[in-house]
Amino acid sequence: MTRAQMLILGVITLGLILVPVLAANNFTIKLFSRLLIFALAASSLNLVLGYGGMVSFGHAAYFGVGGYVVGILTVSGIASPFITWTLAVLLCALLAALIGAISLRTRGVYFIMITLAFAQMLFFVFVSLRQYGGADGLPIRPPDPLRDGRTLYYIILVTLGICLFLLWRIKESRFGRAVQAIKENESRMMALGYPVFRYQLVCFIIGGALAGLAGVLNANLNAFISPNALAWSQSGQFMMMVILGGVGRFWGGALGAVVFILLETWLGSLTIHWQLGVGAALLIIVLFAPGGLVGLVSSANAWLIKRRAAA
Amino acid sequence: MSALLDIQGLFKRFGGLVATNDCALDVRAGELHALIGPNGAGKTTLIGQIAGVIKPDSGRIRLDGVNITYLPPHRRVRMGLARTYQITNVFKKYSVLDNLALGVQARDGHSFRFWRPVRAERHLWDQAAEIAERVGLGVRQDVLAGALAHGEQRQLEVGLALTSRPRLLLLDEPLAGMGADEAGRMVDLIRRLRADLTILLVEHDMDAVFQLADRISVLVYGRIIASGAPEAIRANPDVQTAYLGDEVRA
Ligand SMILES: Nc1ncnc2c1ncn2[C@@H]1O[C@H](COP(=O)(O)OP(=O)(O)OP(=O)(O)O)[C@@H](O)[C@H]1O
Ligand SMILES: [Mg+2]
Repeated sequence: MTRAQMLILGVITLGLILVPVLAANNFTIKLFSRLLIFALAASSLNLVLGYGGMVSFGHAAYFGVGGYVVGILTVSGIASPFITWTLAVLLCALLAALIGAISLRTRGVYFIMITLAFAQMLFFVFVSLRQYGGADGLPIRPPDPLRDGRTLYYIILVTLGICLFLLWRIKESRFGRAVQAIKENESRMMALGYPVFRYQLVCFIIGGALAGLAGVLNANLNAFISPNALAWSQSGQFMMMVILGGVGRFWGGALGAVVFILLETWLGSLTIHWQLGVGAALLIIVLFAPGGLVGLVSSANAWLIKRRAAA
Repeated sequence: MSALLDIQGLFKRFGGLVATNDCALDVRAGELHALIGPNGAGKTTLIGQIAGVIKPDSGRIRLDGVNITYLPPHRRVRMGLARTYQITNVFKKYSVLDNLALGVQARDGHSFRFWRPVRAERHLWDQAAEIAERVGLGVRQDVLAGALAHGEQRQLEVGLALTSRPRLLLLDEPLAGMGADEAGRMVDLIRRLRADLTILLVEHDMDAVFQLADRISVLVYGRIIASGAPEAIRANPDVQTAYLGDEVRA
């Protein structure tokens, strides 16, 4: 990172730390909590999709299952976040291992369809679980400290910070470079001696586990979980966030999630047809800025530097 | 000399087409073995089967006595097999050094390391630079592979194969599409490599083949129709009618 980037990151971090202090009401805190949770979820998909080149159309499965693990355990009397969160993340990792192990044997459209099919299967499983609310969803009573919006906000912020740092390290690590190179040129990676499948699977698992963690936070924030969390439309939204922000750009997931949700919130307050606006924004990005918003910012930055150098 | 690579009774069909037809071939340790044959004879298909990306229908491939017929490609690489591609297949968006470092990283233990930045692993970059030097790309290290001249990309292609420190190197038409200068440089490179490597060279350029090869095998319609010293192959009437034609007699 350059100095300027560090400075921007520092300012944003400081701003995020001050949100609960400056926020006029709980609505604002909750909105920012949502932004951070989806920033994590979209970043986890960006690892799989952007870095790993695996177009998973079922990423909401982990987001939803993570939430349901917390919900089901909590209503069964196991409320300790240490237990519920750990179990949720582990189960999501296991789920991703299973789904990945099967779907990674296919490529292209088949991969997209299989990941979607698994997510849909799980969606219907939770719809049919009457004892846990079925299609209506399951209200959760989070343990005491987590019921305070400010406390939860800080927990979410720290969790996101840790996860992003982890992803940052992964990106430049041996593993990260191998995974990115597989996206670039799979056959050559095989010829170089990489067991491609294994690297992709591990990448898929990390993505699933982090999405599960985001799902855990989401369930706590809403004190509620429903099958909608793992609907295909949710998977689609994660994808839109990544594409909006920048596929394979480190901040793509986070920025995409923030812009998407703000757009949704703002347009949603104006018209019930807010999805039209979001769709238009996505269309413009896909057509004119394939690097997403992050790509746009970095090329604008490069242009400015060049102009300053020329002057 | 013993056979480092030993292929027997290999068959591969693509639908109705028999691309590899009861193919038998042995490559001795230390030799440069050229594999020639007309377009579509099945040379690349054979290389693919040796490398493990194409599964044969039947038959057996042995590397140093070990049956590798159904081993996945990465295991074969670990056993000392490396290949280049007829159609350049490098990481176009990466620099020469980044390309080679990926290969070195593959050989240097596993890559399930999630924390330490690769930039800090000096030995990877040192070895990558060494290989760049070896294939004549020493001064082009920081150039994106996609921006290299065609001949240089072919050199990088060979460099990538060298990163795994192979015992047996499979070269699929390394001279394809090269001008005379580039081809000359590549022939020199191959000559230097053969000092410490066994090489199976697929090539259409007959001058290069007869300059370099210890032995030559001729593949026609998926079958080896002749195998032997260059002079014997040149004199073989079957080979002349089937493949070499006027080119050699002239
Ligand atoms: N995946 C495939 N599916 C169907 N047919 C194939 C496939 N790969 C190769 N073939 C066919 O098998 C035959 C052998 O092809 P191969 O590429 O091995 O020939 P080659 O000797 O390398 O030719 P060249 O000198 O042109 O490179 C050709 O007729 C080709 O069309
Ligand atoms: Mg060929």
